Amino acid sequence: MPSTLFDKIWDFHRVGQRADGRDLIYIDRHVLHELHAHHAFAQLRKEGRAVHRADLTFAVQDHTVATAPGRDDHTNPSGTAFIQAMRDGCREYGIRLFDIDDPEQGISHVVAPELGIVLPGATHAVPDSHASTVGGVGALAFGCGTSELAHILATQVMALKRPKRMRVRLDGRLGAHVNAKDVALRLIAELGVAGARGFVVEYAGSAIAAMPIEQRMTLCNLNIEMGGRSGFVAPDDATFGWLAGRPFAPQGAMWDRALGHWRTLTTDPDAAFDREVTLDCAILEPQITWGTDPSQVVGISGRVPEPAAIEPGRRAAAESAFAYMDLAPGTPLAGLPVGRVFIGSCTNSRLPDLQAAAAVVRGRRVADGVVAMVVPGSSSVKRAAEAEGLDRIFRDAGFFWGESGCSMCAGGNGDRGKPGERCVSTTNRNFENRQGPKVRTHLASPATAAATAIAGRIADVRQMLAGPA
Amino acid sequence: MMQPFIRHSGIAAPLLQDDVNTDQIAPILHSRGLKDDYQAMLFHRARRRDDGSENPDFVLNKPQFRGAGILVTGHNFGAGSSRESAVWCMLANNIRVVVAKSFADIYRENCLQNGLLPVALEPQDADAFIARVVAVDGAAPFTVDLVTQRISGPGGPDVGFDIPGPDRTRLLEGLDDIGLTLKHRDEIAGWERRAADAQPWLQAALDSRR
Repeated sequence: MPSTLFDKIWDFHRVGQRADGRDLIYIDRHVLHELHAHHAFAQLRKEGRAVHRADLTFAVQDHTVATAPGRDDHTNPSGTAFIQAMRDGCREYGIRLFDIDDPEQGISHVVAPELGIVLPGATHAVPDSHASTVGGVGALAFGCGTSELAHILATQVMALKRPKRMRVRLDGRLGAHVNAKDVALRLIAELGVAGARGFVVEYAGSAIAAMPIEQRMTLCNLNIEMGGRSGFVAPDDATFGWLAGRPFAPQGAMWDRALGHWRTLTTDPDAAFDREVTLDCAILEPQITWGTDPSQVVGISGRVPEPAAIEPGRRAAAESAFAYMDLAPGTPLAGLPVGRVFIGSCTNSRLPDLQAAAAVVRGRRVADGVVAMVVPGSSSVKRAAEAEGLDRIFRDAGFFWGESGCSMCAGGNGDRGKPGERCVSTTNRNFENRQGPKVRTHLASPATAAATAIAGRIADVRQMLAGPA
Repeated sequence: MMQPFIRHSGIAAPLLQDDVNTDQIAPILHSRGLKDDYQAMLFHRARRRDDGSENPDFVLNKPQFRGAGILVTGHNFGAGSSRESAVWCMLANNIRVVVAKSFADIYRENCLQNGLLPVALEPQDADAFIARVVAVDGAAPFTVDLVTQRISGPGGPDVGFDIPGPDRTRLLEGLDDIGLTLKHRDEIAGWERRAADAQPWLQAALDSRR
């Protein structure tokens, strides 16, 4: 019987079935972060339990770490206790920690793939909803809560109900300065914030085949914003080339053996999905959110929608978003003045994201009155960017160039906007008050964010790069 | 550790929105340290006006809903982040039941881990129940019984709800989730041996530079 890649990975990792009917799915790689780790360590201590496979478990300080140069445990005082508690727990249980001063520290979803910790066909869990970022290398990843985190530490399995299968076909060639962020935002707009609830999504199609690994990660990262349980791209030669030589990936003869297996990781031609969706990517322009959830999206040349154009069930949410965002229906997005621009987060902070932004910024200046920040996704990304001189381009233009972490994505480290400020952000959630009380967030790609920082207004990067520098 | 759930009576408060997200339920910006005040965290932002004073318009601040034990809401409740504090802060306020049109996946899992009962009603049942809750306006409590799978209370007949049998058992008995899984310890060890043979790179995560 033909089967989907999801089924192949699930079935291989199925240890057994629990008395309550849930499948026990083995977790090959488990990565913790400091915001939730301490609760789980406390639970294990209280119940006198051991960590079953500390050797398959990693920890990264990311949510609460300051981004200021020279930072330490105390630079963000509200993070100190979290950082130290995870450090203590990792020492106690023998877990490899990428600490605040580790040269490979960063956002867990960026660090795990770039070090080759997650692999094609592997299962992965993180106590964070953006776990499926690593679906970009063909891993099956699940976000989880704190109790499940303790459960995985104690058992190395998750007790899950088998999700449904969705395939999203992305066809057509992306236009200039249109990338995975724009594709994902359009997809969320089409399917809605709960459109993939209960599903694991396989992204396929010609646009995927042409997409670099980092963009595939951006796409899979945003899978949760349409409610998906997980999302991934089947690995291909681009994936294998990207992973080869990464320090935690298999090496030598073991690499060859793994590669032989990874080449079998495909969905069979006649395999059935519970739902199939197609999106023509060739017609997309850069996308941006206008409202307070990631499905409230228009093209960069578009306008805030009129209530009459919104389906009745979504109108109340739209009205509330108009008020919070201080936007009247019919207002063009392009040209709206902004106070802040943030480039970073597990969505868009890998080296190609920074390169795309730097290509816009090079030789230009951040508009007066705009606070513009770049926070690389990992300390390794930061070094690689500095080796190319990207930090100089950003700094010379007036950007803040920070140490790596989650930063303004959720503001857990103290990096926040000011009340009422309009912010274009490469992150994943434009929820009310997320980036600071009353901050008005517009989600967009790194190129759009960079162009906006230069213009001081929401800008179409295609026009900026077409015109005189 | 989970508190068993058998039945719960309380005032039902209507929060009539879809897609209420965990940033609204448990704002991260309110997090202050390892021992957070989960009682104060619940809907922290919505409960206050800009000047910090209480927002009298927010449902849980209205006098009749201050001690609410049941939250009634729309589709996709608990969207967004996986933070379990969005469940803990409900329990800290003695809200033991959320009646919704649907739940976000991770939020529902977190509910089951903690004995917060997630009741998903069919849309027409949900609309009828919401109308009752609004009409009753906190004047009398509803009772949610997981044994009979019924909601009873003023303004109409009992409302039945479905919850998968295994989830129901786990809630009724307050089963220890890790304990349930550890009954399969031998199967886990067996899987690890097979995987070490079939896909050995999965069973070792070694830094090749060391």
